[in-house]
Amino acid sequence: MSIALEHIEYLYMPKTPFERQALSDVSAIIDEGSFTAIAGHTGSGKSTLLQHLNGLLHPTRGRVLVDGVDLQPADKKMRQAVKEARHKVGMVFQYPEQQLFEETVEADVAFGPRNLGCTEQEISQRVQEALQLVHLDYDTYAKRSPFQLSGGQKRRVAIAGVLALRPKYLVLDEPTAGLDPRGREELIRTIRRLHEKQGMTIIFVSHNMDDIARLADHLLVLNQGRLVCDDVPKHAFAQEAMLREAGLRPPHVMKLMQDLCAAGLPLQEETALTMHEAMDEILAAYRRQTSKNRQRKEKGGKP
Amino acid sequence: MAFIELDHVSHIYHAGTENEHQALSDVSLSIEEGEFVAILGTNGSGKSTLAKHLNALLLPTRGTCRIAGYDTCEEEDLWKIRQEVSMVFQNPDNQIIAAVVEDDVAFGPENLGMPPETIRENVHRALEAVHMTRFRKFAPHLLSGGQKQRVAIAGALAMQTHCLVLDEPTAMLDPQGREEVMTTVRQLHQERGMTIVHITHFMEEAVDADRIVVMDQGRLVVQGKPREIFAQADRMKDLGLDVPLAAELASQLRKKGVPLPQSILTDEELVAALTQ
Amino acid sequence: MLSDITIGQFFPGDSLLHRLDPRTKIILLFFFLVAIFAVSSAASYALLAGMTFALILVSRVPLRMMLRSVKPLWWIILFTFLIHLFSTPGEELAKIWIFTVTWQGLAQGFLVCLRLVLLILLSSLLTFTTSPLKLTDAMERLLSPLRRFGVPAHELAMMMTIALRFVPTLIEETDRIMKAQQSRGADFSEGSILNRLKALVPILVPLFLSAFRRADELAMAMEARCYRGGEGRTQMKALQVTGIDYIACLFSLGLFVVLAFLR
Repeated sequence: MSIALEHIEYLYMPKTPFERQALSDVSAIIDEGSFTAIAGHTGSGKSTLLQHLNGLLHPTRGRVLVDGVDLQPADKKMRQAVKEARHKVGMVFQYPEQQLFEETVEADVAFGPRNLGCTEQEISQRVQEALQLVHLDYDTYAKRSPFQLSGGQKRRVAIAGVLALRPKYLVLDEPTAGLDPRGREELIRTIRRLHEKQGMTIIFVSHNMDDIARLADHLLVLNQGRLVCDDVPKHAFAQEAMLREAGLRPPHVMKLMQDLCAAGLPLQEETALTMHEAMDEILAAYRRQTSKNRQRKEKGGKP
Repeated sequence: MAFIELDHVSHIYHAGTENEHQALSDVSLSIEEGEFVAILGTNGSGKSTLAKHLNALLLPTRGTCRIAGYDTCEEEDLWKIRQEVSMVFQNPDNQIIAAVVEDDVAFGPENLGMPPETIRENVHRALEAVHMTRFRKFAPHLLSGGQKQRVAIAGALAMQTHCLVLDEPTAMLDPQGREEVMTTVRQLHQERGMTIVHITHFMEEAVDADRIVVMDQGRLVVQGKPREIFAQADRMKDLGLDVPLAAELASQLRKKGVPLPQSILTDEELVAALTQ
Repeated sequence: MLSDITIGQFFPGDSLLHRLDPRTKIILLFFFLVAIFAVSSAASYALLAGMTFALILVSRVPLRMMLRSVKPLWWIILFTFLIHLFSTPGEELAKIWIFTVTWQGLAQGFLVCLRLVLLILLSSLLTFTTSPLKLTDAMERLLSPLRRFGVPAHELAMMMTIALRFVPTLIEETDRIMKAQQSRGADFSEGSILNRLKALVPILVPLFLSAFRRADELAMAMEARCYRGGEGRTQMKALQVTGIDYIACLFSLGLFVVLAFLR
């Protein structure tokens, strides 16, 4: 099971002076259970691509298949199947807190399931479940106005509103934008848990290569509407020229490790992706270096 | 006397109502002319409130705030203060007033009643300084986030400001836009000696500052040179903040018994210390 | 799509029309609009249509964009045409069910639609060739004699400027919020009118909240840049009547005289 993009092309405002090809010939497969990152600088077509994943936009050419169902079928009879397929993909937009509108947290999170036509009992069950997934205590927050919460909490409520649809694939457009370091860490932990504990497939857009390095197992890089990389992050980061052309940079950790290696620290593996990996590597190398130095000194001591 | 002098400033929003909220408590801070100060703190730490005191958009509930010698509570000095100190805000979309770039840059000088010739001259120079001359006839919604913020900076320069207060100007930008804005800000500081007060929660942007001020729950908790501040990795984490990667790695390695100096801040310093 | 709306959008350029003083353009537009409704002969319509076409060419605004400004009003034009087609008495041309189509109806319908189209095209020409700021500046100047009767000319102009500046931003925002709510299963295209109205709440509430937040921040930004109303304010680009304005006025005057003869 997967989301498959087959030769997608998208024209923005066709037949006007503003016509622009936002996506050209993008093909990729996002497997169920993966943690996929999409990177590229502003205007590279990331947001346009995301909106194809749940049929908010339809490709000018090519098709999008969610678990084998074409989101824009030629056959009208497929409507119900398409609707179900679209609901498998939950979409969290940038600054999702801006879409909150209900008087209570509970009512806002219930908006999605209610639109799906769930029973009251089912709705309340889903709301509780969704709030729990984003680590907001139901009894404390359910009856409060979403507008009185802090920025980070509002964002959690908005994400819960999408989780209440019980999506199989969760798409997030720059989920941590505008949060402070603490808020960023908390949200990343939450997303990671959704992947690990709930087995949800995560697709996220991020500018932060260090976040991509420590989270993703699959990376798509877009540059001017073209897919220029579809690989595991480790391999992708090794292609510096490709990244630079796409307006991106390899993760800071990786750069630092390369510098250390170039300066002569005897690292065994120079491609650490997280700070902890880096630290273990450096520590091991440092110990090797000091023991070697000591040996050399001892040898030098007795001729 | 320093260029900016905050003396025991407190600020309370909605005083006397049930939403009463103390955003600043007893903050004393002085900033010299030509200094580059970075203010760090989590959301809700009071750093934005502090920034708005620096050009009299907010007035202290208690304490006094003097800018270039003028007390912000004196009504008649208001426009002099706002000409001395300009602000750039977080959301680039909500601070551009006109529908064409150069008209927007002219907005401040027009309000100050400068003669048209002078305005044209100032607008031209300001756009040069932020490298946006090419875009002077553009509509703002066609610009990238980084470009919009540079237009906002140009708007301040055209008023012949001496001090820029930037309230999280890079929070909504991508890395490229962030780089553009920071390069511009550094240039203005180094080449024109402008006083910069930069509020951010991206630690890398604070590394080059002359001084870092850390806020937490409305209080000024610590201030010092970047080296001194970032050496306290654990304390910064407790305050909900980060430290630059090299400083963090150095601090972790020190805990494991690697003898590294306290002052490591940049990648180069860490590399040098480990391979000497 | 919401972004298809082009009315009120400026098309930057440096044509003769762009360089005319906006006050000249507004005043001339006013007289031309009056002329469009005052004349009735085929010759004068041909003249007006020809002039409009010539102006479009001079403005260098792509014809396609001009036509797109007519598009949102297409249904109104068609409706007007049909009403005149069926309701004008005269010589019978054809009979469709209970409706009678007449020659006079056909001619009348065509004329009325031509009027509408010319009206839209000429007005769009003004907004396409005049930056919103100049437009509001001109309005402020034209209204300023009324200030002594309590008309807040400067404030009105500033409101217009800001409204125009935020049109594209708010269109984008509406689009985003609609898509976000659609992703949560909201459906804006099905159900009774009442249900569709209800479906607007999840869009309107966030939109209003965001508009208020924007207004608040914008006010703060304006204050920070020493804005204190129209008093003591100068302008970088003071409006100036130049040679081409006089030529345009003379040319138009000539046209009006010809139109007066042709009726």
